[in-house]
Amino acid sequence: MKKTLILTTALTGLAFAASAQEVTVMSWGGAYTKSQVEAYHKPFTAETGIKVNSVDADNPATPIKAQVEAGNITVDVADIELADAVRLCDEGLLEVIDHSALPPAPDGTPATEDFLPAGMVSDCAVPSIVWSTIVAYNTNNVQGTPTTLADFFDTTAFPGKRGARKDPTALLEMALVADGVPADQVYDTLGTDAGVDRAFAKLDTIKSDIVWWEAGAQPPQLLADGEVVMTTAYNGRIFNAQVTENQPFGIIWDGQILDFDLFVIPKGAPNKEEALKFISFATDTQRLADQAAWISYGPARKSSAPFVGLFNDGKTEMGPHMPTAPENLKTALANDFEFWADRKVELTERFNAWLLQ
Amino acid sequence: MADTAAQMQTGIAGALRTPDGRPLKQALAQAERRARIRAFLLVLPLLAFVLLTFIIPIGQMLSRSVLNDTFSANMPALTQWFSENPDAEPNEAAFEALVTDLRAARENRTQGAVGTRINYEVPGTRSLFTSTARRVDGLEPPFREAVLDVDKGWERRDLWAAMRSAAKPVTLNFYQAAVDRKITPDGQFARADEQNRIYVTLFMRTFVLSIVITGLCLILGFPVAHLLAVLPMRKASLLLILVLLPFWTSLLVRTTSWMVLLQGQGVINNTLVGLGILGDDNRLAMMYNQTGTIIAMTHILLPFMILPLYSVMKTIPPSYARAARSLGATSWTTFRRIYVPQTVPGIGAGAILVFILAVGYYITPALVGGATGTLISNQIAFHMLSSLNWSLAAALAAMLLAAVLVLYWVYDRIVGIDNMKLG
Amino acid sequence: MALTSGRDAFVEFERVQKSYDGETLVVKDLNLSIPKGEFLTMLGPSGSGKTTCLMMLAGFETATHGDIRLDGRPINHIPPHKRGIGMVFQNYALFPHMTIAENLSFPLEVRGMGKSEREGKIRRALDMVEMGAFGGRRPAQLSGGQQQRVALARALVFEPELVLMDEPLGALDKQLREKMQFEITHLAHNLGITTVYVTHDQTEALTMSDRVAVFNDGKIQQIAPPDELYESPQNSFVAQFIGENNTLEGTVKEIKGGVALVELDNGDLIDAKPVNVERPGDRTLISIRPERVEFNRERLRAGVHTLKAEVAEFIYMGDIFRTRLKVAGRDDFIIKTRNAPDQRRLQPGEEIEIGWLPEDCRALDLPAR
Repeated sequence: MKKTLILTTALTGLAFAASAQEVTVMSWGGAYTKSQVEAYHKPFTAETGIKVNSVDADNPATPIKAQVEAGNITVDVADIELADAVRLCDEGLLEVIDHSALPPAPDGTPATEDFLPAGMVSDCAVPSIVWSTIVAYNTNNVQGTPTTLADFFDTTAFPGKRGARKDPTALLEMALVADGVPADQVYDTLGTDAGVDRAFAKLDTIKSDIVWWEAGAQPPQLLADGEVVMTTAYNGRIFNAQVTENQPFGIIWDGQILDFDLFVIPKGAPNKEEALKFISFATDTQRLADQAAWISYGPARKSSAPFVGLFNDGKTEMGPHMPTAPENLKTALANDFEFWADRKVELTERFNAWLLQ
Repeated sequence: MADTAAQMQTGIAGALRTPDGRPLKQALAQAERRARIRAFLLVLPLLAFVLLTFIIPIGQMLSRSVLNDTFSANMPALTQWFSENPDAEPNEAAFEALVTDLRAARENRTQGAVGTRINYEVPGTRSLFTSTARRVDGLEPPFREAVLDVDKGWERRDLWAAMRSAAKPVTLNFYQAAVDRKITPDGQFARADEQNRIYVTLFMRTFVLSIVITGLCLILGFPVAHLLAVLPMRKASLLLILVLLPFWTSLLVRTTSWMVLLQGQGVINNTLVGLGILGDDNRLAMMYNQTGTIIAMTHILLPFMILPLYSVMKTIPPSYARAARSLGATSWTTFRRIYVPQTVPGIGAGAILVFILAVGYYITPALVGGATGTLISNQIAFHMLSSLNWSLAAALAAMLLAAVLVLYWVYDRIVGIDNMKLG
Repeated sequence: MALTSGRDAFVEFERVQKSYDGETLVVKDLNLSIPKGEFLTMLGPSGSGKTTCLMMLAGFETATHGDIRLDGRPINHIPPHKRGIGMVFQNYALFPHMTIAENLSFPLEVRGMGKSEREGKIRRALDMVEMGAFGGRRPAQLSGGQQQRVALARALVFEPELVLMDEPLGALDKQLREKMQFEITHLAHNLGITTVYVTHDQTEALTMSDRVAVFNDGKIQQIAPPDELYESPQNSFVAQFIGENNTLEGTVKEIKGGVALVELDNGDLIDAKPVNVERPGDRTLISIRPERVEFNRERLRAGVHTLKAEVAEFIYMGDIFRTRLKVAGRDDFIIKTRNAPDQRRLQPGEEIEIGWLPEDCRALDLPAR
């Protein structure tokens, strides 16, 4: 009995020793995590021998906050949105990452100049992709072809349930755009109480028709099941459902809300060294371009653009499916990270109260 | 005879003594002490376990609901100014302290945390702290004008009232927020703005839904428990397995199965449409609303009603019903006046169990409840996991705990806890 | 047929059969008729069908075949609550959530009786069983004997003409049981109600009943007043079931003048009264009560056959002496003698001769093994 105990303890010790060479990466699940596993994790492990544990959350920013506050950090790298990165950095929950230490572009351009400047506002985070929140529909179930955000809010012309993320970000902007606010005035309007009221008033018009989702993998499922005819979604998830599952989905690019996803290291991460290695590896020019072969999100480095080619099915040209394609950018709106970093907590509370009313 | 015996044992002092002269009480205590110590040692591990995993966390939760030093710890200069000037309006010294603190906060990256803390009290003020902190290095005296130049918001009296109250680490602010109350700009206690009222509604909804679920569990569980109690052993154990089956299935699996059944394009709706009972346009909305929460939770909690009922019913001999029938009662009268009153301990135990579990449930309502079917525990989870306002979460949880304890007390007064039978 | 249907039959079973599983009969072809006012006891070992009969009469079981009549009306299809039969259960079945008065009130309430009328009846019923002071208590606060009285009062309070009792005294200690036996009998006779009483205790059956029906194997073996049952059992089951009994096996040699000469298996001869043996050569079980055996030669009738016996054990029991003898190759032969001043105490090892009056010894059927 005693012997067994000693043996077990020894084995546990060994297990700990072996687990030193690993890094835990938290992301958003589904097709997006898969694209990261293929483009980053596998080559990283092959090159460095460091094992990558992949875990998922509906929004990885949430567990980071909880873990750091509780002093029990299990995640080394997390993939989060820009506003969250800025906010968490403000609150001292993230490690600072030296941008100048990131690998330069193949032509020698330093990393600090190679990344899209809009993504480099936080010294705690390294941007990886440009993605967008769009409205998608199921061509089999929707009557006619919706083309604008106003159509999303028009249940008379396009009857049927709507899906929306249970979160005020992007949704409030979409409500204002649908209500006729020009893209460049959306955040000014939202900055006023009247503007917020206006956004919620617009949401009120379809409130009873909304099915709320929380995980990024849900919208394609809701569309495929016929639970909703239109839904807000992350563009890459819809693309993957269209291409790999041949789902009859369409995307309304009008009023898409562009955002960055960034890699961050929670303060006190257990494997900080490996985490830094992973981030510089994953965000080099080639890896960022590789990810586009698995999902339709744009690389955050300018130098990656020439390397983006076909989807992994070998025939789909990625260009037109990217949120950054010129055709799709016409009425696009860039997420104002500063606005959301400052107002997200209070607007989320307001949003929750509104949901209950 | 008995008197003389008693006199013989009574010593000079009048107390009973053992033959060797020790007082009987002392001898008894000594004899029992050893047994008592051994019994105590036996329960010690459990006691330690309960203390460590239950009492201490609940104590921490309760203390967190009234204790929050985010502001006082990160804004020491301003905190000191508040304590030295109990009633003063913010003057130049106050603004100087604010600037000092914000500089330190920027250094330590705590301005977000401080802003979030004040934002709990006065919604919309978090950005004041973060945006001012970004520009605080360039500020020069006089600080009052300089700060107001950055943002006029620093003039707000309710903001200063909130900071003054947040400077005290012990606060009832979170309980005040938990009942939808706020401090008005002139420091008064008032109802929160309509758009921010949420918790009272949620508490009410939680209790109403829990009562409905408890009632449904009773209506559905009573006949099943009765059947279990009267069936022959072999059939009863088969039925009992069916009742217990949900216990052996993961909660998520059960909940998602309900989603498959209940959703708009789900099994039930498709069947009804297929049979022509419903039009394709009038599919029933049984999920992402209160109906979904009620159906799924009733199913999940049903065994907690059936088992105590069953254990009570099993002990009711059939001769009571026979006696009532032979005395001239119809089967309905027998059921109503003889059977049901005797199942009251089971009904009480089942109802209180289901109700308490329902009040605290959150995974199922989160998945199938949509916006109107979520409960107070979902909001507690939101504050625990998303907004990280743990103090408010603790205050809400403490109120829930208090409500359950009150219910328990009422139950004890009306039915009697000793009358409860859990199985 | 043993059909004793009379003009005054109050309860009648006619060719009643009962089976629970469709394979075996628990009650086989039962015929029974109980006149009004009689105290009838159904006695038998467990599984003999007596309780099933009672439950069919109460309406909790339905007869598989045959008719049960109450006061001339067939009641097979009348639900229990409309039969108007009072019943006392083995465990009393007092409703635990009601007070004693409420328990008694229940049968009156369901009959729609007014409050003042109810109160009068409840008081009278409780006084009748000397429980008048306990109306406000709960059953759990009463002793077993008190509960028994209340159960009795409850079964009688609505003045039924027939009362059924299912082993009502089984849970009481001996002394209390004897007292209650006496009280129940008196109450039943004073009120003039018909009573059907089920028990497996033969003493209870003998002391309480007007008539006893001995059940075995789903059939009534004998139905008779207690003395007749004890003195003249009709078959070996009844003889062995009722009272203490010595048995010896043998073969009938001849039957003459109402006396059968039986040759025991060891060759000894003995006189007995033929009950259900018919001709010489029949195997028989002879049965003799311990108190009818005589070992004092002077008191035996001249010419009767005697048996040699050896005293194995002498037991002093206070009012009587109990002596175990070795007789005809068996060592379980018991004789009882009264503890009188002139009574001789037999010593173990002593050789004696025993005998009896031929009419006290019954030659019965030898049951198949």
